[in-house]
Amino acid sequence: MENEKDVLEVRNLKINFNTYAGSVKAIRDVSFDLRKGETLAIVGESGSGKTVTTRSIMGLNSPNAVIDSGTIMFKGQDLLKKSRKQMDQIRGRDIAEIFQDPMTSLDPTMKIGKQIAEPLIIHKGMKREKAYAQALEMMKLVGIENAEQRINNYPHQFSGGMRQRIVIAIALVNYPEILIADEPTTALDVTIQAQILDLMKELQAKTNTSIIFITHDLGVVAGMADRVAVMYAGKIVEYGTVDEIFYNPKHPYTWGLLNSMPTMDTSGTELPSIPGTPPDLLDPPVGDAFAARNKYALKIDTEKQPPFFKVSDTHYAATWLLDPRAPKVTPPAPIIERQKHYAELVHQEINKSKGNHVEEQEEQL
Amino acid sequence: MIDYSEENKILQVEHLKQYFNIGKPNEVRAVDDITFDVYRGETFGLVGESGSGKTTTGRAIIHLYEPTSGKIIFDGQDVSKLDSKKQKQTFRRDMQMIFQDPYASLNPRMKVKDIVAEGIDINHLAKDDADRSKQVEDLLETVGLNKDHSSRYPHEFSGGQRQRIGIARALAVQPQFIIADEPISALDVSIQAQVVNLLKKLQRERNLTYLFIAHDLSMVKYISDRIGVMHYGRMLEIASSDEIYAHPLHDYTASLLSAVPVPDPEYERARVQIPYDASQEFDDKERSLVEIVPHHWVRASEDEIPMYKKRAQEDSRLKK
Repeated sequence: MENEKDVLEVRNLKINFNTYAGSVKAIRDVSFDLRKGETLAIVGESGSGKTVTTRSIMGLNSPNAVIDSGTIMFKGQDLLKKSRKQMDQIRGRDIAEIFQDPMTSLDPTMKIGKQIAEPLIIHKGMKREKAYAQALEMMKLVGIENAEQRINNYPHQFSGGMRQRIVIAIALVNYPEILIADEPTTALDVTIQAQILDLMKELQAKTNTSIIFITHDLGVVAGMADRVAVMYAGKIVEYGTVDEIFYNPKHPYTWGLLNSMPTMDTSGTELPSIPGTPPDLLDPPVGDAFAARNKYALKIDTEKQPPFFKVSDTHYAATWLLDPRAPKVTPPAPIIERQKHYAELVHQEINKSKGNHVEEQEEQL
Repeated sequence: MIDYSEENKILQVEHLKQYFNIGKPNEVRAVDDITFDVYRGETFGLVGESGSGKTTTGRAIIHLYEPTSGKIIFDGQDVSKLDSKKQKQTFRRDMQMIFQDPYASLNPRMKVKDIVAEGIDINHLAKDDADRSKQVEDLLETVGLNKDHSSRYPHEFSGGQRQRIGIARALAVQPQFIIADEPISALDVSIQAQVVNLLKKLQRERNLTYLFIAHDLSMVKYISDRIGVMHYGRMLEIASSDEIYAHPLHDYTASLLSAVPVPDPEYERARVQIPYDASQEFDDKERSLVEIVPHHWVRASEDEIPMYKKRAQEDSRLKK
């Protein structure tokens, strides 16, 4: 491990899907790290590869997926080299996942107590009584009232929000190192969504689980993430801390995403949208895959894939606009506003640390 | 600007009740006595949680259900009392629907061109085959699909693309009124904006009226002229979209708005969700929609009116 705080290290991951039409290049060289206790949000449109990335971590990709190259290092071992049996051991114990649809991710014919206790019985070889007792604890922890009675209920007796709480309970009952949350609140109402997100934050604070949070809702990302990776057409195009991505975005695709989401203050006749549709990954474009939809595209974008340019120690973006030779472009107005705000934030931060420094010196004197 | 005069009403919903399993122990009062009007050329947003009755309201309006009681008047005619085949066909052409689930709303055995052209065929809107194909291609292009998608089947498309096929199908018969039930919740952010822009553009060009049902409140605010907030089958508040966001009067509306995630990390770190106690809706007091300030209606009992009037004068409870 490069960094001892990393719990997961994905390197140069390339995954293709064999289809009748040919080989779909779903993941085209993705690398990222997940640190202990952090929430890493992966944002992007459908088809950008966010779900395929996490499915590979779980070893749950469909049989026609071909791993072209790459490693997924977890506890010093490459998950991509594990057999199915070995992955069965890891899944639900070290790495757990909550899925989008709480209506379909529970077994309708099994009492929920059993569903929550099952990972304990399977992975820890726990006795039934003990596992059920722990399941009950977990139900209370995720906020299910009357847990003693409800442990014998079936999924259909719960509302969508409660079912998602149960799914979270199942995922966390073994205190996994990594929790993958794939659009966990997309199917829920906003008020319930807010509750579930609060619950996830609260549980994370208690268990120090690292979360990979997949979503297309930038509002949710702003509230949940410590770091953000933006994916487009099977690649990460920009990553950084949540403040860096929201207040100092550098990639035109990130600009487009941020702009196309209306806030409560947005008005006017036209919402800034990204024109066109994502490219066909059967035959990915040469150069920057976003070039065709990017009004800031340079000539080189159609010829050569941009490497990652460093913005700060934590912030990288793959766009030729950051090359020193690139012409200076003016981002869209709302992005300039965001960047101004970022400058203020950085300024405050510097002043604060200066202030601390002075105090320290005074103390020493 | 939208003309909010009596003559410009395109849709009047009067004391609509839509109950299911009437008289049985599992009776559901999905929509319980709601009244509202929609004016020609406007977008009326209907928001609320799942189970609030917003989808049922939409379905009752397009006459997929026979109302338990109450009236739905579209273009001057009671939709329950359309007699002749011609009247029914005109109604079905004038009012179209875009459904919530793009997986269930397209026939998997039909090619996209036939799905989109079904309404064109039924209403004889195409001169010949070439015109039909041309119309289909134009529609597909308007909704952001490729024209060579027309001979494919629904399963070859992503959820987002399927939803656009649904929109193309609704547009094919040149309707006046479109009920859009969560039309964009299945789409990606960048595509959502395109579709919303498309819906707005079509509205300007063809003077369409929308009933926009959604739970994504920031998008509803953006697209709607007026918004109705539903909860437990009742309409709790109606106002212009700016007004409802600036001065939510009902506690439920304020709670709902405070839960909306905002793409701003600082705002999110400071977020305070306003809690809501639904029991206040069930205290057996007689309530109806009351106009507290001009064009701003709240479901209130007699003794609550002064409280709401005072609230309307105060600053918004939502922080900026």
